[in-house]
Amino acid sequence: MIWFWILIAGLVTFFTRYSMISFINPGSLSNKTKKILTYVPSAVFPAIIFPAVFLDKQGLLVSVDNPQIWAFGIAIIVGYYSKNIIFIITSGLVSFWLFSYFMN
Amino acid sequence: MKKITVFKKGFMDVIPLTIPVIPFGIIYGVVGVELGLSPLVTFAMSFIIFAGSSQIAFVQLYTAGASPLVMISSVLAINSRHFLYSAVLAQYLNKLNLYWKILLSYLMTDQAFSVSLSYFKKNQKKTFSHYHMLGSGFTLWLLWQISTLSGIVLGNVIPEALGLEFAIPLTFLSLIIAELKKYDHLLIIIISGAISLVTYNFPLKVYIILSAFVGLVAAFILTTKYKEISE
Repeated sequence: MIWFWILIAGLVTFFTRYSMISFINPGSLSNKTKKILTYVPSAVFPAIIFPAVFLDKQGLLVSVDNPQIWAFGIAIIVGYYSKNIIFIITSGLVSFWLFSYFMN
Repeated sequence: MKKITVFKKGFMDVIPLTIPVIPFGIIYGVVGVELGLSPLVTFAMSFIIFAGSSQIAFVQLYTAGASPLVMISSVLAINSRHFLYSAVLAQYLNKLNLYWKILLSYLMTDQAFSVSLSYFKKNQKKTFSHYHMLGSGFTLWLLWQISTLSGIVLGNVIPEALGLEFAIPLTFLSLIIAELKKYDHLLIIIISGAISLVTYNFPLKVYIILSAFVGLVAAFILTTKYKEISE
């Protein structure tokens, strides 16, 4: 039975990806819709970022002295000035390790 | 530009973003087998579903004995952000034939969407620009399959204490870092992020699409207001 549900899950997932690419005629989108669509990354990605930084595994807010908040702050500063993906990820991870080590 | 050059550009652009994909794939492989799925089923999910968070949710719910309806609606809720990506990419991929649309849809991920969208915006007129998404999407796909397999085969190779899953929010931060300097985007980011924290414990993991929806409503209000001011 699991194979059947995996297949359904796969089809559902494929449908979410395929849907608009195939059924939307871009010419039919108003300029306003196109403008709003440019906000998609800014509207979606924070929903993945915020819980991963500010919530623990139980879904409760972490305290201010949590290493990942501080490491995230460092990554924002590094990213703000460098705009470099590798710098953001490495500075964030390394400071996370350092904060975890020293704040323990 | 040659097809292979564009393909390579897609590969190069997405590579930095694959850093957390590898530990994430390994974690998924480990979790799948530890929760009692067969190695074949665990691997097949990476191939058939190919969407990390929803795969982990599926495994957790399935092994906890949740009803199929709950499993499938969770997968749908977690992956519903793809609807939005799909709507954005439609503007650039609409002219492709059916096979290309199916292939690039299958390969659509957060990371491929993000890097290839930037490329499409800058290279709208180029004939082979879709090869960029083939490059970014395929690279991610291949690494996801390999890392899932490694997780299944090697077991728990990455110590949990390393906290490598923290690379996930860092990756997504790097995808919107340029937007932090734009006040309108910054506002949407804060709104969406705040909603996600408040609604995180809602059932079926609806928080992602719920936050995105509220964020886009805010964007709608913002663009309407802005238009009124500029007129």
